[in-house]
Amino acid sequence: MAPKATILSADEIRRGLTRIAHEIVERNKGAHDLAIIGVHTRGIPIAARLAAKLSELEGVEIPTGMLDITLYRDDLSEVAHQPIIRETHVPFDIARRRVILVDDVLYTGRTVRAALDALIDLGRPLGIQLAVLIDRGHRELPIRADYVGKNLPTAKSEVVKVKLQETDGVDIVELWDLEDVK
Amino acid sequence: MSAATTTTSARPRHLLDFTEWSPERLNAILDNADTMLQVLDRPVKKVPALQGMTVCTAFFESSTRTRTSFELAARRMSADVMTFAAGASSASKGESLRDTVEVLTQYKVDAYIVRHHAAGAAHLVARYSGKPVINAGDGRRAHPTQALLDAYTIRQEFGSLEGKTVAILGDVRHSRVARSNAELLPKLGAKVVLCGPATLLPAELGTLPGVTLTSDPQAAVRGAHAVMALRLQQERMGGGFLGSLQEYADTYQVNEGLMQEAESGAIVLHPGPMNRDVEISHEAADGPRSRILKQVENGQAIRMSVLYHLLVGRE
Repeated sequence: MAPKATILSADEIRRGLTRIAHEIVERNKGAHDLAIIGVHTRGIPIAARLAAKLSELEGVEIPTGMLDITLYRDDLSEVAHQPIIRETHVPFDIARRRVILVDDVLYTGRTVRAALDALIDLGRPLGIQLAVLIDRGHRELPIRADYVGKNLPTAKSEVVKVKLQETDGVDIVELWDLEDVK
Repeated sequence: MSAATTTTSARPRHLLDFTEWSPERLNAILDNADTMLQVLDRPVKKVPALQGMTVCTAFFESSTRTRTSFELAARRMSADVMTFAAGASSASKGESLRDTVEVLTQYKVDAYIVRHHAAGAAHLVARYSGKPVINAGDGRRAHPTQALLDAYTIRQEFGSLEGKTVAILGDVRHSRVARSNAELLPKLGAKVVLCGPATLLPAELGTLPGVTLTSDPQAAVRGAHAVMALRLQQERMGGGFLGSLQEYADTYQVNEGLMQEAESGAIVLHPGPMNRDVEISHEAADGPRSRILKQVENGQAIRMSVLYHLLVGRE
């Protein structure tokens, strides 16, 4: 089976993240009190890349962390299989930081809601902003991203696959038919 | 995006003993306990995973620490907890276990944690409740969450149970902890040496894979990575098992002298409550090798993980 379309190439992903990094600096007037936290799985390498770009732009080290939202999901009683719990590692005090929460795809908004709950249980950040590589629409909650690599109108019968060097050995975003990935 | 899901075969519905549990699933419980420990270290020591569920602790035998550990674990996972204390209930008026369970079921309980003096009681609750049951100790038979927290404490120390030797000394005959450890640890790759006076060492346990028996404490501890002292359960002994407490302590007590035989980094465990200076010396209980308080902390994390495994997800 083949994807319906390639949405972003490796270069386009790189340029998209560079633009987001500039927008973050612009909006926050620098990067001195920022921290970046990626949501498992692909939010983590994207967060690391954004942190590297911000460090490059502003010359400051950006604390990074990883967040697993499994224990905060609102569908735990409905999922057919048991979700695997992965590591949450936030090795800094988020209470004195403006946190940029990072995920690969923004869809219904339920993952972000869970991530917000999980984050707030770690402390009370100065603020939380949301950065995603792809916003594919179909929100079920009143959540929007502050930084978006690409807005992509999709049908619910489609799947957005983000592949990254760190997790998949290649940088590419593809659109698939749900039927073809089942 | 959405979390990954397990794709392994159907999970066991209850934790009564380890018969139906694969090493893979047992390791998953230990792995997830790492996350639960992280939760316990945070300012908000609670996650919403079991929100809306009710867990009933049905203790037909006295217990403070195990019940408290389970209740806290359930609350840390956001479940509501209903405590059923048999001494203050209809059970003390002669109501059968089956009738008690059928009454409790009407309160829409989602899971039962059962302790009972009779072996097999948790199985019976599982049959009549229709809900997941965790055995919190049934007679001399099993105490699976204690064994899991022991395994977790050893793994935490050495990174893995593979190739490790665990010596368990004392009143093996009356110990559900010893029995559960003898079932669990070899499944996870460890060898178990059970040691005690011949009168307290049931021969049938020696037939379990990965388990050996000896009445020689030095031989049992030699090369061991973990040494567990069992409580001398005098309340379960009708007499005739021991010459005297002093004689027992002189030979089988886990103390600094005996620990010299163990591996240099060996740790000391005890399921509690301890009879200090009987099965374990003050020095061994409080010394640098002791992980006895760590076991208590790990117990809560393990119980959170067990609740997660049994209650989260559709069957």
